[in-house]
Amino acid sequence: MEVNAEARRILAVSISKLYASRTQRGGLRLHRSLLLSLVMRSARDIYHSSREIEAQLADAEPMEAGSCSWDQWSLPSLRQREPESARQSRKRRGKVSAAPDFLPSKRARLEPGEERYAAMLGSCRAGAVESLTALSLNRVIPAF
Amino acid sequence: MGEDTESSKINHTFLRDYVTEADVISTVEFNQTGDLLATGDKGGRVVIFQRETESKGETEELGETGDSGEYNVYSTFQSHEPDFDYLKSLEIEEKINKIRWLPQQNAAHFLLSTNDKTIKLWKVSERDKRPEGYNLKDEEGRLKDISTITSLQVPVLKPTDLMVEVRPRRVFSNGHTYHVNSISVNSDGETYLSADDLRINMWHLGITDRSFSILHNNIVDIKPANMEDLTEVITSAEFHPHHCHLFVYSSSKGSLRLCDMRSSALCDKHTKQFEEPEDPGSRSFFSEIISSVSDVKFSHNGRYLLTRDYLTAKVWDLNMDKGPVETYQVHEYLRSKLCSLYENDCIFDKFECVWNSSDSVIMTGAYNSFFRMFDRETGRGVTLEAWRESSKPRAVLRTRRVYTGGKRRRGDVGVDSLDFTKKILHMAWHPSENIIAIAATNNLYIFQDRVNPETQ
Repeated sequence: MEVNAEARRILAVSISKLYASRTQRGGLRLHRSLLLSLVMRSARDIYHSSREIEAQLADAEPMEAGSCSWDQWSLPSLRQREPESARQSRKRRGKVSAAPDFLPSKRARLEPGEERYAAMLGSCRAGAVESLTALSLNRVIPAF
Repeated sequence: MGEDTESSKINHTFLRDYVTEADVISTVEFNQTGDLLATGDKGGRVVIFQRETESKGETEELGETGDSGEYNVYSTFQSHEPDFDYLKSLEIEEKINKIRWLPQQNAAHFLLSTNDKTIKLWKVSERDKRPEGYNLKDEEGRLKDISTITSLQVPVLKPTDLMVEVRPRRVFSNGHTYHVNSISVNSDGETYLSADDLRINMWHLGITDRSFSILHNNIVDIKPANMEDLTEVITSAEFHPHHCHLFVYSSSKGSLRLCDMRSSALCDKHTKQFEEPEDPGSRSFFSEIISSVSDVKFSHNGRYLLTRDYLTAKVWDLNMDKGPVETYQVHEYLRSKLCSLYENDCIFDKFECVWNSSDSVIMTGAYNSFFRMFDRETGRGVTLEAWRESSKPRAVLRTRRVYTGGKRRRGDVGVDSLDFTKKILHMAWHPSENIIAIAATNNLYIFQDRVNPETQ
């Protein structure tokens, strides 16, 4: 879906902006970081709702009889996937060797406060942008 | 020979861009009489221009105003230097965010300049006399041999070439954890406010010769107990032009809060909140960014507020908090381009807005070196350009147009041809005449209305 692709692209752009703003002269700008996190949240929400609709449509087609129970199954299974990949991403946290196409490369060593950024990157390496939801985007702001 | 041809092929434009980054003007401000115009730049320098006056005798005879209208450099000084916060390992930029003049009380002029963290009060004074005829020192200042002195003389003041001295009189530091975005001098002339993302401080100027003491109050604090709950920041603040107890601040959510300092010491509860309900039809990924107010200004008569967000300029009536009374589309044609403007960071640009002296016209900047003026009575807007290739001294400014459909006229610029690196963010309007100062990157343009110099 177009909205899906658009949301993914905006998420990718936002992550690289967030990352770039850390090395900006003058330090992190609170206003800019807040706006970036708001855009990311919108993009994430739209991405997820469009994925859910897609999944619902895909699942509803082959199963006409007893479709109700299928739908109930498909939604929870989508949600189940998120914490799994998040767990995966936590494992892979320190080993971001091959960065995905839309992300800047990152050095292996991390300070404690940067875990959340690494977790975001790690999850993208797994190819699952969905796992971004595992992290509260609110955590962008407490860097201040 | 070979070397010459080699070097001529080398593209030096990157050097030019690097060198002039520090020259980018970041603020422009007239003083209360309009005789002085101050600019601040990214390199932390302040340049003050003074308006030329014709000789008084001539003009009084002819009954004309005494000003020829030309602004010339009066003084230049380094206001702020790059600094470093050792505790947070953060560099503090020397860029001058705002300059505000104090009302003049004596022969000297005072101005406040601020970077992200520190506000400084500067005294600008002229010296055109110097004492001569000291007894113990000679003309070069060397001590005289006492045995050669046979009589006493009284030193006299002799005229010299005009010297402009600028001295820091106060430094207001350690008042802000976040980045300072505005300063505003109170109508009482004794206090001023400074606003960062989450707090507004009020300071007392108390001009004294020596002390650099700090005395400030937090009058607004919107920092949440848990930073994860942060939803909006303060983007601009200003004191009311006449009522010394009232001030307004704008937020990143597009709302304005009017605060009365008489109600409580900490103005967390606003007296009035001005907000326009969001149009659900126009919701997009970037709705929040484009509704963030980048500048707020009281009208000169104190009855209206002017705000600027990314695509519009709005006029609010202080008596009506449900929404603006006038909305002006600055560059609506950009609404469909928000995604690209997000990618190239232009969507984060903070445009300023200004009133003319009679509050009948408002002005704000745009891209491609364009700026817009709106006549409040007719509601019509005009687009003008600040670009030296197309305007010579004393030439009349042509109106420009961005082509958005319909019949295309000669000289129209297509939306895709707009140069987004040429942005007009900062500007000022003379307090009583139709003279405007426009900052276009590292150039300052001063335009004057010769047909209607005085505002009606």
